[in-house]
Amino acid sequence: MSSSRSPAVQRPRTKTKGSRRVHIRRLFAVALVVVAAACGGASQPATSSLAPTGAPTPEPLAGAVTVFAGSSLTDAFKKAGDQLKLKYPGTDYRFNFGSSSTLATQIINGAPADVFASADDTNMQKIVDAKLNDSAPAFFVGNRLEIAVAAGNPKQIAGFADLAKPGLIVVLAAPPVPAGKYALEALQKAGVTIKPASQEVDVRAVLNKVALGEADAGIVYVTDVMSAAAHVTGVDIPEQHQVIARYPIAIVRDSKNPRLAKAYVDYLLSAEGQRLLAEFGFSKP
Amino acid sequence: MRAARPPLVIAALAAIGVAFFALPLAGLVYRVSWQSALSDLVTPEALSALRLSLVVSVAATVLGLLLGVPLAWMYARVAFPGRNVVRALTTLPMVLPPVVGGVALLVAFGRRGLVGEWLDAGFGLRIPFTTAATVMAATFVSMPFLVLTVEAGIRSVDRRYEEAARTLGASQWRIFRQVTLPLVAPSLFAGAVLCWARALGEFGATITFAGNLPGVTQTLPLAVYIGMETRPEVAIALSLVLVLVSLGVLVALRDRYLRLD
Repeated sequence: MSSSRSPAVQRPRTKTKGSRRVHIRRLFAVALVVVAAACGGASQPATSSLAPTGAPTPEPLAGAVTVFAGSSLTDAFKKAGDQLKLKYPGTDYRFNFGSSSTLATQIINGAPADVFASADDTNMQKIVDAKLNDSAPAFFVGNRLEIAVAAGNPKQIAGFADLAKPGLIVVLAAPPVPAGKYALEALQKAGVTIKPASQEVDVRAVLNKVALGEADAGIVYVTDVMSAAAHVTGVDIPEQHQVIARYPIAIVRDSKNPRLAKAYVDYLLSAEGQRLLAEFGFSKP
Repeated sequence: MRAARPPLVIAALAAIGVAFFALPLAGLVYRVSWQSALSDLVTPEALSALRLSLVVSVAATVLGLLLGVPLAWMYARVAFPGRNVVRALTTLPMVLPPVVGGVALLVAFGRRGLVGEWLDAGFGLRIPFTTAATVMAATFVSMPFLVLTVEAGIRSVDRRYEEAARTLGASQWRIFRQVTLPLVAPSLFAGAVLCWARALGEFGATITFAGNLPGVTQTLPLAVYIGMETRPEVAIALSLVLVLVSLGVLVALRDRYLRLD
């Protein structure tokens, strides 16, 4: 037993039952206040971060931004972050990659994004409709669809028509995901109906299922096939069935670092940024 | 008997703890659109997810009972070498991130997996993207709950009953069926319900190993995840169903079968 127990702890035990009840009630009031303070505290930094932005003279860029981007942008955006780190030492770039639909839902529910890049206009429009953008969305890049198959195309898949063959395991992105929506549009243009084995949560999950050999084919972006060239082969989709993806980007309202957010967006729109995106297979918007 | 009045700090922290769990629930209740909740729950996508979840969670529980009860008996009654290691292995999914379990299942039972490759080549059996894969993922994460509960139950059985049956000439199998099992019925029930509830909530291993296809592998949690982007009101209504079912399970078990205090 602890002999060092303070007598102060034991003293209140002599109180009456009535005061005990009041005491408990007060405890809950205290707890509520603490919870309320904690809630308030969470939003505090957003408003008190005037230091880097409020200064009239252009200070060097500093701090970090969080970029929410469609999963197809994974490799290109990380590279862009690395380039900007060299350009502006002391800055940092954090990423949340996922399906543009998931990201839009997260931002609408208050996720702390500074920049949002969507693989389609629909999901960017959700942000605009919720008045959560701080800059007008700008189309910064384009992408094309491709059929991803196992490296070397062992099943000799030549196009959409082959995807309807029985026994072939085809995966698509889920319909709310841009890549899933585009894939359905393209298949419709081609007049092909397929039964996907799975509707994956984002386009990189589709790619991974093909790269792992669990699926025979998946409809992804040209850029995704390039990123996994060691494991998958791309099968062209003819122009008349092609669906061109246009990617908008915008600064998110209440960004804690709007200057750096703007710098990231500006870089992607610049000639240098466009060259970098082209290296990853993206086309002009 | 009245418990001693709790110290201020403990009571305050405990109250915050309660708020931490109660507030998300309150959020769901607040956001549910009560007028449309019922019609949201009978949309085709919600119904198919409800149906599939029911089938999958019950199948996982049956599988869990079939494999888990013998396992629990072995742990409780046979001091085989390496018992602790084996028990740790079979209860690993309780602490493992489910998505890691999904990856593990994929590299074992996937088309190019350790066993899956052989199943495909030998029997043309492909597990990923099937309801069977969903059941496997659910069993993988939920069976440990049953095993541990039943093992504790068997351990608490007075061995003299079993000894008495043995002296009367009963076989080990008969003792297991007619003496041990009836005695552990409460833990068997508690374990099965816990297992079922965990199977019902399974997400990470399922989406990784079984994929996501309405009617085939899209269980309730997957429908909630996907639905949050298209039909949030349906997702929230389904979430509330899951919360109420889980809450009901825990309240009922705590009162009647789980001797946690």
